[in-house]
Amino acid sequence: MITFMNSDSEEEVCNERTSLMSTESPPARSYHEGICTEERDKEIQEKRRGSPCHHGDADQCTPDSRGSTRSSSLEEEEEEEELTLKYGAKHVIMLFVPVTLCMVVVVATIKSVRFYTEKNGQLIYTPFTEDTPSIGQRLLNSVLNTLIMISVIVVMTIFLVVLYKYRCYKFIHGWLILSSLMLLFLFTYIYLGEVLKTYNVAMDYPTLFLVIWNFGAVGMICIHWKGPLVLQQAYLIMISALMALVFIKYLPEWSAWVILGAISVYDLVAVLCPKGPLRMLVETAQERNEPIFPALIYSSAMVWTVGMAKVDSPTKGALPKDQEQEDDWSDTSGDHSYSETYDSPRCTPLHVPSYAVEELEEEEERGVKLGLGDFIFYSVLVGKAAATASGDWNTTLACFVAILIGLCLTLLLLAVFKKALPALPISITFGLIFYFSTDNLVRPFMDTLASHQLYI
Amino acid sequence: MTAAVFFGCTCIAFGPALALYVFTIASDPLRIIFLIAGAFFWLVSLLLSSLIWFVAVTISSTKNESVQRGLLIFGVLCSVIIQEVFRFAYYRLLKKANKGLMTISQEETAPISIRQLAYVSGLGFGIMSGVFSLVNILSDSLGPGIVGIHGDPPQFFLASGISRGVSLNSFPELYFPLIFSVSRPFFWSLFILSTCWLFLWFFYFPLYQFT
Repeated sequence: MITFMNSDSEEEVCNERTSLMSTESPPARSYHEGICTEERDKEIQEKRRGSPCHHGDADQCTPDSRGSTRSSSLEEEEEEEELTLKYGAKHVIMLFVPVTLCMVVVVATIKSVRFYTEKNGQLIYTPFTEDTPSIGQRLLNSVLNTLIMISVIVVMTIFLVVLYKYRCYKFIHGWLILSSLMLLFLFTYIYLGEVLKTYNVAMDYPTLFLVIWNFGAVGMICIHWKGPLVLQQAYLIMISALMALVFIKYLPEWSAWVILGAISVYDLVAVLCPKGPLRMLVETAQERNEPIFPALIYSSAMVWTVGMAKVDSPTKGALPKDQEQEDDWSDTSGDHSYSETYDSPRCTPLHVPSYAVEELEEEEERGVKLGLGDFIFYSVLVGKAAATASGDWNTTLACFVAILIGLCLTLLLLAVFKKALPALPISITFGLIFYFSTDNLVRPFMDTLASHQLYI
Repeated sequence: MTAAVFFGCTCIAFGPALALYVFTIASDPLRIIFLIAGAFFWLVSLLLSSLIWFVAVTISSTKNESVQRGLLIFGVLCSVIIQEVFRFAYYRLLKKANKGLMTISQEETAPISIRQLAYVSGLGFGIMSGVFSLVNILSDSLGPGIVGIHGDPPQFFLASGISRGVSLNSFPELYFPLIFSVSRPFFWSLFILSTCWLFLWFFYFPLYQFT
């Protein structure tokens, strides 16, 4: 009986991924990227023009300046809406593709490699077994498992937020590096071993060592330092898929469904409540003007253009601190330029006319960000549907479509509310509804129809 | 069965739809979103109709073959009607959304025209219904076994692939534009098309009585 080894790092992986990830956390740099930049421009310009008014010297404000402020803000609003619509669909597709890829990898593995559907023990976070004689006992055990798992996640999230608040960056980075080391080396080794076993391919240890060493080392560099954006995205998708496969293997059936439901409720609470840990994390990151850790977020930001270099030079002196931080980012250059241009109007008023133009250029390079925990739990839902739905592909497809529509709706809400939103609740709710109804209602119907060769 | 059967039937069934997707829809993100939304609406309609069928079957709870068959046909009719209702509902929703998009954006042209929307949504409906009907059969075709060993017709797969793919898959997207482009005589076209649909079913049923 294998209970999961390396419980510490497993804990870390389990928690800092799920905890942070469940938000669409772009503090100032991602999709809201598209929207926040313009709001901030508006604010900045209004502040600059209307600052005499805001400081209580209302008499000194001339009606002209107020009027001009209002008309300019209106123009900016219109521009903002246009750009929102134009790039909104693109951003949705930029998230559809990686989510789809992750789910495809997980479903393909589940359907072909038998290892991940075998019952081989449980994690220490779900100690209660589901091999009980009665249904009531099984239900009770799964609820208890869920409570333990969720409380572990809550504790680790709060711990992470506390560390972040007290600026223990080294500890957090060490934690993240350890967990990605484990994912990239150990889990990949296990995965590769099982795939080779399934297809009966012989591979000697030196070759295996070479392959895994290269894969893992490049992955560490891409995720934690710098690397091509596509490679970083590919690695993040792969580690999310690996993590999801671990969950699918080691979570007992009923516990998995209850955990999915509970974690979407927790996500909702943690991101939207004023005292929620994830919201505090996002707000702290926003206050400090820092990006959230690269290893926890999937970013779809496109490649940077050369044109932005012009804006960098005058502000270089003004923002040395930001420059250092940007070095930690691997190619999510959207943040890079954004934090610099944010301060430029204050330092150099002359840049304002060109600011609007550069803003447009920036817009085209914006991407969207989605936490890795969202990837993991979407894939867990679809993978569990593929594994346990009595060999039925309809259920898997239904869950897949439901999750994509949920993601679409979440992004729509993001465009409307323009702040960090939890990505799990809507998608997981749709996914769960579709799983249970397709498995129990649609499947018998479609099977009967297919056997009579009737098509709807 | 072999991989050849699997690939052959998949291409027969989904070839046209895939070609339509690759050449017309894959390039525009907005169309992809509407395609998936169309698939989602079809799925919801299927859910409702299978709920009705399931309730009917559990209420009747007889093992009588003809009763089961009758219930199945009733389920199919219900499903067709509910699908049409959902198509209409989706049409209304898209009209409202398009209006909203037009008022928000200051551009003169809408980002997507109502005809394109009709085409994309119809394709979404059609693809989803085709996939749902066929994917289990296709995955079974990859496994071991011989079709027709118990006296059933050996052309099961081919028949499924052809009938599903060519005729029925393309039907939704053929008449969907018809509904949308003729918004004034809308009810007439709906009536005509529903009768076509029902006629198709009455045409199929006698055939399948003998298989």
